[in-house]
Amino acid sequence: METLIALLAGALTTAGIWLMLSGHLLRFLFGLMLISNAVNLAIFTAGRLSMGRPPLLEPGGAPAPEMANALPQALLLTAIVIGFGLFAFALALTIRAFRAFGHLEVDRMRLAEPEPAEPELAGPELARPEKPAGAM
Amino acid sequence: MAQQESGQGGVSPARMAGYLAAAIAFAVFGLVLAQLERVSGSAILFDLDWAPSLGIGFSFLLDPLALVFAALISGIGGLIFIYATGYMGGHPQFGRFVLFLFLFMLSMLGLVLARDLITLFVFWELTSLTSYLLIGFAHDDPRARRNALQAMLVTASGGLALLAGFILIGTAAGSYDLAVILQGGGLQQSPLYGAILVLVLLGAFTKSAQIPFHFWLPNAMAAPTPVSAYLHSATMVKAGVYLLARLHPLLSGTDGWEVSLTLAGGVTALFASVIALRQRDLKQMLAWTTLMALGVLVLMLAQDTAAALTAAIAFLIIHALYKAALFMVVGAVDHATGTRDVRALRGLRRGMPLTAVLALLAAGSMAGLPPFSGWIGKELLYTGAIPLLVPLLLVSNALIFAVAGGVALRPFFGPPPGDLPSGALPSGALPHEPGWQLLLGPLLLGGAGLLFGLMPGLLQPLLDAVLRGFGLDHAAGLHLWAGGSLPLVLSLATFALGSLLFLAAPRLRAQGEGPRLADRLWDRLLEVFAAIAAWQTRVIQSGRLSRYLVISFTTLALVLGVTLAARRPALAIQPDAPLSLWLIAAFTIGGAGLALTPHSRIANIAGIGTVGIGVALIFLIFGAPDVAMTQLMVESLAAVLFGIALLRLPGLSERRSPGRRALHWLISGAAGLAVTLLLLAITAHPPDRQLATWFEENAFTRAHGLNIVNVILVDFRAFDTFGELTVVLLAAIGASALLKRRIGGARR
Amino acid sequence: MRSPILGLGARFLLPLFLISSLYILLRGHNAPGGGFIGGLIAALGFAILIFAEGTAAARRALKIEPRNLGGIGLLCALLAGFGAAPSGGAPFQGLWLALPVLPLSTVLLFDIGVYFAVLGGVLTLIFALEEGGDA
Repeated sequence: METLIALLAGALTTAGIWLMLSGHLLRFLFGLMLISNAVNLAIFTAGRLSMGRPPLLEPGGAPAPEMANALPQALLLTAIVIGFGLFAFALALTIRAFRAFGHLEVDRMRLAEPEPAEPELAGPELARPEKPAGAM
Repeated sequence: MAQQESGQGGVSPARMAGYLAAAIAFAVFGLVLAQLERVSGSAILFDLDWAPSLGIGFSFLLDPLALVFAALISGIGGLIFIYATGYMGGHPQFGRFVLFLFLFMLSMLGLVLARDLITLFVFWELTSLTSYLLIGFAHDDPRARRNALQAMLVTASGGLALLAGFILIGTAAGSYDLAVILQGGGLQQSPLYGAILVLVLLGAFTKSAQIPFHFWLPNAMAAPTPVSAYLHSATMVKAGVYLLARLHPLLSGTDGWEVSLTLAGGVTALFASVIALRQRDLKQMLAWTTLMALGVLVLMLAQDTAAALTAAIAFLIIHALYKAALFMVVGAVDHATGTRDVRALRGLRRGMPLTAVLALLAAGSMAGLPPFSGWIGKELLYTGAIPLLVPLLLVSNALIFAVAGGVALRPFFGPPPGDLPSGALPSGALPHEPGWQLLLGPLLLGGAGLLFGLMPGLLQPLLDAVLRGFGLDHAAGLHLWAGGSLPLVLSLATFALGSLLFLAAPRLRAQGEGPRLADRLWDRLLEVFAAIAAWQTRVIQSGRLSRYLVISFTTLALVLGVTLAARRPALAIQPDAPLSLWLIAAFTIGGAGLALTPHSRIANIAGIGTVGIGVALIFLIFGAPDVAMTQLMVESLAAVLFGIALLRLPGLSERRSPGRRALHWLISGAAGLAVTLLLLAITAHPPDRQLATWFEENAFTRAHGLNIVNVILVDFRAFDTFGELTVVLLAAIGASALLKRRIGGARR
Repeated sequence: MRSPILGLGARFLLPLFLISSLYILLRGHNAPGGGFIGGLIAALGFAILIFAEGTAAARRALKIEPRNLGGIGLLCALLAGFGAAPSGGAPFQGLWLALPVLPLSTVLLFDIGVYFAVLGGVLTLIFALEEGGDA
């Protein structure tokens, strides 16, 4: 069983990364969703799989026989919610980027790091021209 | 500026802060001195656990050596606060200044009182940091900023070396606790000794501005004068000296120690005193003589005789007294006349007789004239120095004598002042005496310098106590009249040579202030660094997101792949699985395939939803109903968000060339394969259920819950959950802020 | 493009979602459920209302700024975290009232905090996307 899930996680990873590399922000988001699913599956599988028995104690507190591993489940639960937060933030960023640039091609978004026209040398601070002082 | 001088009406809050800080400093001074009796016997220890697992404590100790420094720091600190309030209390940012200065005082106190080496290091760096803020206080002046940065870079990089040295000491001595380390005897035999010595000396020499790290100190004079008087003469620059004295029992006595300290101290003392005489700015003159004093202190600490160590500690105190006083006097002159150029100033005693007297009081000590304490200090230096160095000391002292004259005689005596270049005074007018705040410090410090000269017995018990910390019985005796011995002859020779130099000084000054070689080299060094940084940024950070991703994912695949190839772990391959699972897997893969198509966004979202549901089903089958429910909810909400977003986003396109697509398939395929192999390798091991079992056993008995997952989330690991909630909420608020703000028309 | 049927349905669905979310929240300590799932279910209820009637209606139904709701949740969780402090407990140590019928505890308060924080966070996101998207 683990083997099958491992293959599935690998396949989802492949699909996710391929989409993330596409250079299109929306497809990047799709890839992000896929890869977080793949990672969740991987964490889950690493905690071992056992069919059917949720980690619930019997009334009175006795452990039920052969319960699933509760630890990865707790990790996953928060990971899923956090992943959702990440995804939603990225989505907001995407919309914002589209509004600012008018397209979603990441390699054409160069507002923060413009294509260097010539190699610029950031000298030490003293080399820079100073603003007139005292304009407070 | 909103905040103006409050005039005669009252004292502004910032000035109140200045006086309050002074009061606190004096209180500390009193408290520290009151412990003198107690610490002469044994050190006072104070403890607080910090990182017990690493053996690091937030702990302090007060022994005679620490007491000397703490008393200087707090006592001079109090006077400086009063001085600063008079000197710049009307500055619009005076409140900030007081805050920085106070933080500095606390850091400095922490440094000298620290008992734990790591604590000491933290305070060490804090003094560098606060010094940076203070030197750069005039932040609209590019020179001040540049010099502040220089001072911080030099001292902080020395601090990093020091940290490494401390860690080695901790390794060699088996403890970071100074009380324990000093009990344990020296480290001279340790195999780590060489490395420790080099690293500690790097820290001490950068902080105490020994050649070749001296250049930052004269530049630090860009700070307001109270800062120069406090940090860069009396306290911070002495931190390196403190460190050398503190670790003296641990590290001294070897050739390495003696040669390196003698060499650095000697060269610094001689070089700095020569340069000092050529300076034209009074503050620069004092700065360079401070360098000379630091050199002499290091020189004395190279020895381990009682005479040399007594000389070091006594000269430390004496120098702090007169140098702080002289800086304050120079500040007062600057305040009154608007200039510090020694060539322009003369005859000020006519307008500022009191200041003139105070200048003489302090300069007498600096020149080493009897009956000032400086005389005793000089005698001690001659007694303590090894014969080889006596000529060097003689020349340095003579030069300092001449500089003292330059600081105290030239500005105040001679014909009445003419027109000053600064234009601060109307033609023919005399400068006025400054306010009491500016005179109190020089008066008390200069007075103390005279008092200790007349009654050296006052210092004797303190010095004896400190010397016992070095493992000696008692200090050398302090006497105003030590009899007609060799030091007396040397002193007289000093005065004679010094007087000649004093007379020759104007001609020397006319030749220029001397080259600033190290300073220029430093600038070149920074430029090289900047060039390397720029080159590296160009190479590594292309600014293309897709390239970053390619690099990241290739690294991921390589790291996983190489590790797997090298370790060759056993893989668990059991292809047997129930039919339902095969179906779910096929269903999920189909969803992923749908998500890959570049033609329809709706198909993509449907595909992603399919994947989400498939994964949720897997969670459900393998006994994770909580996770499955969460997954389903999140998938639904994600679909909702996608639905909203798609209305506002454009369609898809596949613009990658076939070659690039093949490359991307290769990378993503390799990463996916690596993930699969990794999972197979993990599941080949028997599971470690230690934690799971603990949770199973304790979920009900300790946390009264049957749902173990929920118990972990809200009880056992509630603090983590709290952090995660914060993250989710912050992401939500961030996204909403992103979307609400109007764009500034940055369309490209 | 409002559909009256969807609107009516959403108006009925929302209370249903909320009640079941509360149920899931409260039973979470002993059976599958808890604050995370409960909060997500409640958020989904509001999402349906937003689809049907728009954000204005959802805001009216919610009565409180979603961001503040999240803040309240965080505050609840924090309070619960220090609930055991007066009696000398460590931060985030559980404190239980020994009532046989109604198990009141700081742990429950924490889970309620989780519920509101998740609900508030998710709704903040949805509102922002829905309202801010056209600016």
